[in-house]
Amino acid sequence: MPYNPALVAPMREEMTRMGARELTTAADVDGALGDQRGTMLVFVNSVCGCAAGNARPALKLALQHAVRPSQVVTVFAGQDLDATARARQYFADYQPSSPSMALLRDGEVVHFVHRHQIEGRAPQAVAADLMAAFDRHCAATV
Amino acid sequence: MTGHVFHPGHQELHGVTVVLEARGSRTYVGRFDNQDERGVHLHDVGVHDAASGSREDFLQRCDRFGIRPEHRDLLVPASEVVSIQRLVDAVR
Repeated sequence: MPYNPALVAPMREEMTRMGARELTTAADVDGALGDQRGTMLVFVNSVCGCAAGNARPALKLALQHAVRPSQVVTVFAGQDLDATARARQYFADYQPSSPSMALLRDGEVVHFVHRHQIEGRAPQAVAADLMAAFDRHCAATV
Repeated sequence: MTGHVFHPGHQELHGVTVVLEARGSRTYVGRFDNQDERGVHLHDVGVHDAASGSREDFLQRCDRFGIRPEHRDLLVPASEVVSIQRLVDAVR
C-alpha cells in the first residue's frame, strides 16, 4: 500500500528540484521511454532510507558533472505503481529493486545501478560511479 | 530528505543485500532484516545450490542483473549460518 502522499512529497520534490521529470502514469512512461533517443537516466525512487536517502543526493551530485544524460526522468516505486511497473518493462533484463537507476542510450540499457550497489555507500561514492558511466556513455561521439 | 530513514534502530545490516553462506550446499542472497536467536531473517531471497553450477557465476549474475527472488521472506536457522557478507564485498 502506498505511503501517505504528504509523507513522500519531499522525496518527489528532491527529484524535481534536481531537474528530473516525474512520470506518474504508464502513459507518461511510454511517452518518455517509447522510441527513446539520445541518453536518458531513469531513477526508480523509493521511500527506503537505507538506500534512497543516499541515492537521491548521489544523483544530484552526479548531475553537476559536465557530461550527463540529456534527460532525467523518475518513477516512484511503491507510490506510482503502474508507472513503475511499465518503466521496469523497458529494462526487463534487470530484476526490480528500488532505488535503482537505468542509463539508456537510444532505448538500450547501457548501465544499471541496483539497490545493492547503493546501500551503505556515501553519496559521493555512488556519484563517482555514475559520473564514470556518464563519461562512458553520454559523451558526444565524434 | 537526505539521509531520511524510515526504520531507525535496526541492526547494522538491516536493509542491506547480503550473501549468506549456509551449511551444506546452499548460498542465499537477499535483503537482511534482522538476526535473532532463531536465525537470520531475509527478504527477496535468491538461492544457489552448489549442484546447479558455479557460486561465483551466480553472485556475479546477482550483481549485474539483480537478485531473482525465490522467497519473499526466509528464515535461515542459526545453526545453518556459516557466514554473512555484503553482496558488494562478495563480488569485489
